[in-house]
Amino acid sequence: MELNKEGLLHLYRVMSTIRHFEERGIPETGQRGMSASVHSSVGQEAVPAGVCAHLSNEDYIGSTHRGHGHCIAKGVDPKAMMAELFGRASGPNKGKGGSMHIADMTKGMLGTNGVVAASIPLAVGAALTSKIKKLNRVAVAFFGDGAANQGVLHESMNLAAVWNLPVIFCCENNGYAESTPFEYASSVEALSDRAASYDMPGFNVDGMDVFAVYEAAGLAIERARSGDGPSLLECKTYRYYGHTVFDDPLTYRTKEEEDYYKTRDPLKLFRDKVLPDGQISESELDGIDSDCLKLMEEAVQFADSSPMPEVSDLYVDVYSDYPLSMMKRGTNMSI
Amino acid sequence: MVEMIPAAGRELLYREAINEALKQEMRLDENVIIMGEEIAGGAGREHLGIQDAWGGPFRTTVGLIQEFGKERVLDTPLSEAGFMGAAIGASSTGLRVIAELMFVDFMGVCWDQLINNAAKMRYMFGGQVEVPFTMLTRIGAGFGSAAQHSESFYSLFSHMPGLKGVVPSDAYTAKGLLTAAIRDNDPVIYFEHKGLYTQPSIVPEESYTLPLGKARTLKSGTGITLVGISKMTWICMDAAAELNKLGIDAEVIDLLSVSPIDYDHIIESVRKTHALVVVDEDTPVCSIASDICARVAEEAFDYLDAPPTKVTAPHTPVPYSRVLEDQYVPNVPRVVTTVKSLYEGYR
Repeated sequence: MELNKEGLLHLYRVMSTIRHFEERGIPETGQRGMSASVHSSVGQEAVPAGVCAHLSNEDYIGSTHRGHGHCIAKGVDPKAMMAELFGRASGPNKGKGGSMHIADMTKGMLGTNGVVAASIPLAVGAALTSKIKKLNRVAVAFFGDGAANQGVLHESMNLAAVWNLPVIFCCENNGYAESTPFEYASSVEALSDRAASYDMPGFNVDGMDVFAVYEAAGLAIERARSGDGPSLLECKTYRYYGHTVFDDPLTYRTKEEEDYYKTRDPLKLFRDKVLPDGQISESELDGIDSDCLKLMEEAVQFADSSPMPEVSDLYVDVYSDYPLSMMKRGTNMSI
Repeated sequence: MVEMIPAAGRELLYREAINEALKQEMRLDENVIIMGEEIAGGAGREHLGIQDAWGGPFRTTVGLIQEFGKERVLDTPLSEAGFMGAAIGASSTGLRVIAELMFVDFMGVCWDQLINNAAKMRYMFGGQVEVPFTMLTRIGAGFGSAAQHSESFYSLFSHMPGLKGVVPSDAYTAKGLLTAAIRDNDPVIYFEHKGLYTQPSIVPEESYTLPLGKARTLKSGTGITLVGISKMTWICMDAAAELNKLGIDAEVIDLLSVSPIDYDHIIESVRKTHALVVVDEDTPVCSIASDICARVAEEAFDYLDAPPTKVTAPHTPVPYSRVLEDQYVPNVPRVVTTVKSLYEGYR
């Protein structure tokens, strides 16, 4: 996607949609008693927006427990996502997965994932499919700084390098693995330095600045698409809220730090950079925010008016082919 | 003789009992150390006045770092394969390590270290090493946490020769079994149930152990034996109360250990009641419940009036939507209906 006026407005709309989805959807989910495993990505919007701007519908992404933004940026319908959070049958996972497992294969969205780093090799596998079947698709593995210390990331990076796969390892370094500060858990200051171990380029960018993300992601994705192999892209970002809704982040970080990052808010930074140009007016951006506000109202109504799964759906989609009786046999299930 | 049910005394919550056992054992033996993700929280920020930010994801480890310091209370990176293996290695070379796996669903990340090292080292090295290692982990569905944060896969660990496993059902057993697990010279997997943390029960202040591998009878009866595992014990107790109204006098056994399994205790009960229902939140195939039923069928066949029977989760992952998850976890009506059908069919 080119950053002409239309492209700029698209970037802003994606970030605003993510922001509004989180701010409305998470409390609404909580009010319905389903917030145990919902993670807000407010503050991190620039990363999925800037990266996915380079991806087509056919390209792949793998995501994390904090994955609503990746879904939205890849084109998953926020109304369906809201329904998934509410446990409704109209969600992309038919209410089976919830926030931590949203997947939409029609959008190349390979799933948010509840096990830290678990989706990274899936993205590598999708890149392998693309290479073997000559699909010219790329895959982006989104992960956090916590996942950066899982062995499977390192195995995946090595595999992608030796197989020369079109995959981008995109680390959203928000500074905290749950409550554990990044600097405590990592032996290197910049995760992007680890790229050298696997002989791939390492990019390190300001993840609050959608233009910085867009530019570096463009280089990495272009490289992958032209057959030159994988890259590691570290985006330094920040989550405004706690790990979950039950976590008070001020138990492990300071108000000053939070305030600093809010001065570098990705939506605000976008306005600061774009508005002086005169190409886009403040009212156009305000209009996008209003659209997003309205969209979330519609999403909540859509989700609430959608049916719950049928109880018999408990047994559906465990396998492609398996006797139903064997899923219930000897259990004394009541359904 | 250890009391399996305390008579009277102070009450603690399940999570407080775990915390007390950890503190008492760490005071007693300087070789006991603990590691895991967020067990203190906010690690490395002492200079900002930050310490023990979380005290554990469910506050079972709160206050440890203040008392024992960061040398003995180690927050880890999210690196389960690495730190679990290191815990096993340290345990085989002079320390006595307690390591926490935040949810049992994450076992896959460190499974190799558990089953190929911890479980086998003593045997394959010809008895040269001991692995006095305790892994704390969490089980339990019913919280809207979906397929990767809700499983109760203790059966997989019980399948592995070399590992022991306990499933405390209340604060009293939580403290006694944890103390025993830490002092034991074999790897013990300690399964905490997420749905029990805020349940209070009587807990002696002094340190005590409960025997690994022993079940307890919580209610005597003559009409049928109900075996509960972890939180399911309380489903059995509630079902027993309902069954009492129907004139069925159920005996309730709290399994407490999933390796070794106290078959003798169950068989002795079945010889009296002549019927068995095992209530298990784990999935049904190759499970603790199916194992107990098979053992009873083999060893107490002549005493049975009805087939040994299970009430379990279905052979599916844990679903997210409430309407599905409510069906997934065994509940009192399912147990009562199952017992009634056994009575109608066989008595």
